[in-house]
Amino acid sequence: MKIMVAIKRVVDYAVKIRIKSDKSGVETKNVKMSMNPFCEIALEEALRIKESGFASEVVAVSMGPTQCVDTLRTSLAMGADRAIHVDAPSGSVLPLSVAKILKALVEVEKPGLLFLGKQAIDDDCNQTGQMVAGLLNWPQGTFASKVVLDKEKKVATVDREVDGGLETLCLDLPAVLTADLRLNQPRYATLPNIMKAKSKPIKKMTPEELKVEMRSDIEVIQVTEPPKREAGVIVSSVDELVDKLKNEARVI
Amino acid sequence: MFSASYRRKLILNLTILNNRSSSLSQGFTHHSAPVPVNQFLASFTRGLQNPSLIHLRNISEIQHRNYGSEASIVQRNPKFSTINNDDITYFEKILGAKKVIQDNEELETANTDWMNKYKGSSKLMLQPDNTEELSQILKYCNSRCLAVVPQGGNTGLVGGSVPVFDEVIVNTRRMNKIISFDEVSGVLVCEAGCILENLISFLDQKGFIMPLDLGAKGSCQIGGNVSTNAGGLRLVRYGSLHGTVLGLEAVLANGDVIDMLGTLRKDNTGYDLKHLFIGSEGSLGIITKVSILTPPKLSAVNIAFLACEDYASCQKLLFQAKRRLGEILSAFEFLDAQAMNLVLHHLDSVRNPLPSSIYSFYVLIETTGSNESSDKEKLEAFLLHAMETGLVSDGAIAQDSSQASSFWHIREGIPEALQKAGAVYKYDLSIPVEKMYDLVEDMRLRLGDDRANVVGYGHLGDGNLHLNVSAPKYDDDILAKIEPFVYEWTSRHRGSISAEHGLGLMKAEKIYYSKSSETVQLMASIKRLLDPNGVLNPYKVIPPSLLS
Repeated sequence: MKIMVAIKRVVDYAVKIRIKSDKSGVETKNVKMSMNPFCEIALEEALRIKESGFASEVVAVSMGPTQCVDTLRTSLAMGADRAIHVDAPSGSVLPLSVAKILKALVEVEKPGLLFLGKQAIDDDCNQTGQMVAGLLNWPQGTFASKVVLDKEKKVATVDREVDGGLETLCLDLPAVLTADLRLNQPRYATLPNIMKAKSKPIKKMTPEELKVEMRSDIEVIQVTEPPKREAGVIVSSVDELVDKLKNEARVI
Repeated sequence: MFSASYRRKLILNLTILNNRSSSLSQGFTHHSAPVPVNQFLASFTRGLQNPSLIHLRNISEIQHRNYGSEASIVQRNPKFSTINNDDITYFEKILGAKKVIQDNEELETANTDWMNKYKGSSKLMLQPDNTEELSQILKYCNSRCLAVVPQGGNTGLVGGSVPVFDEVIVNTRRMNKIISFDEVSGVLVCEAGCILENLISFLDQKGFIMPLDLGAKGSCQIGGNVSTNAGGLRLVRYGSLHGTVLGLEAVLANGDVIDMLGTLRKDNTGYDLKHLFIGSEGSLGIITKVSILTPPKLSAVNIAFLACEDYASCQKLLFQAKRRLGEILSAFEFLDAQAMNLVLHHLDSVRNPLPSSIYSFYVLIETTGSNESSDKEKLEAFLLHAMETGLVSDGAIAQDSSQASSFWHIREGIPEALQKAGAVYKYDLSIPVEKMYDLVEDMRLRLGDDRANVVGYGHLGDGNLHLNVSAPKYDDDILAKIEPFVYEWTSRHRGSISAEHGLGLMKAEKIYYSKSSETVQLMASIKRLLDPNGVLNPYKVIPPSLLS
């Protein structure tokens, strides 16, 4: 069985986010970019499945500008066998387009399992996994915190973190899974693996080759920072506090 | 854009410290995590059994200190006056009442160092607003023969920033204005009481960084940093404060204000006296203003965590890193297997980046440059070469900031892990790099395997070894085997018994291990010249016997 993992290149989670002066989006120039942490977890799980003998190959795929190759190189250094980069301008890669590209790639590669992060930390959409499952008409196990495969029965048992507890699903393969934070702790890219990754292939493709039209159904009108928290005041008496709560904050 | 809840979860679950610097602990200048007073004292039963510690409650004539280090006995100098009501009235007149602090709670904090290791019994703290006020204070104290302890953020490790007896505490915290910043030259001029972290964030907005960074940055003040010539993790890249401080203003014991506040990189006119005040721990004058050269902030930071089979490989790796990484090398730290074990064993949040095998040494290399991809390529090429030639046995390169901070966390978690492991004897030594680890091995032989765990780590790039001996509890026999052996060994190899912590009260008497008696005599002459009454930070840096 082959596993395909979708990888997204995002602004590093430790970077302080700055809004572009024209409010058209987040500043990404001269900003450290890294692999989306949830994608890292998805990749780690795919690698573990392969290492335990349930899969023969892990293919990492990413969509976006040329620099996505760096992120794919990281996934190869972690242990993916090969990678596919679908070259597309960064503004056009919205969830539905990504889902369509993933569907097209699945039709080419025919994996038994498509793994994604539950969401990306830049736009927090949490849509792509669900959309691609819908497009493929595959069962989906989203927010997976535990994945157990049964090779014989071609079934995946998935624990999902839902409000109020865990839900366990049994999915027929092929299926779409999205990784939650507690699924695993991703490994580091070690030097021997970084060395090996240098000779692993990264195939470049275009949306046209995959017959996907990169159409944006969403128009971003404005991106703004959340309002700054105002400094507190120290009140001198209970009466003053009550007065402020009544007349300024209007909460009582 | 980034979901706040996600960030919280990531920190909770992976226990990765979001901001490396906030955890940047203790590893660099501070060698132990704070411990509650009672716990600390309990572990120092030797100290408590000693009747001379009674001075903790009353002003005693004898100061006895032996917290895990060799005992040093200091007598209060009888020629110093004690504070009276007239003094208070005078200070209130020149400063105003709110800057004259006699409140017990505030004095308690100012009298105690942050490790709860040293404690004075001062009854008065003054907080001047500016150089003029500070000058008036010193002039008066000098004329009255009142001893003074200059204090900044009080984050020192050698008892230099707290009173020994009843010295007047002169705290610079109110002198915290940034005077000027030149965006072309990168020269920052500010008052001594500016907190390092505030300067770092001020410069961050301008696209610059401070040339020094250390664990105590949230509390320590630039005046104290300069007075103690603080080191820290950027030293390998930007050099010591003797290089980056371009000028300063200091007040002498008699109240004279010495204006050396130049902002020039080159100035060969006569003796460069500012250097006397850098690292003299407030014993020659109180620094009131500093002008400092700040480097531009570079965005591309890469970190690798490496394993080496032996110490010789670590050395060769350093040699090659300096050549092949050149200008982008910004940190080169090492730890031995014992240190790694302690961290893995005592800190839950740490995981071994190289779990496949156990290695004798681990090295952390950081590069800082202006071009993310070319810097990374350079680092990778260097490391792959080191791997092929066998210098490095295994290694990992951080792929994002959370991995980077988890690598740093290993190095920076050592002091905390040591603290959790029990009693610890700490030494901060400068030793020529090729001999550095021999001391750790000699110490291990000397102590035997079962009694104490000898741990070596530190700033390999600067030849700075942190030698720590960890034992289940404090033990006189262990101490007797460590001291004076450790000082003698360091002295024999022309090392320094204080690489970056200073001498303070802890090591004033040990100065001869690193300086010839002629040198110390000359220091004493300079001290007598600048401070004839010896009122500035007495009992510290130079053996008191030389000055009486």
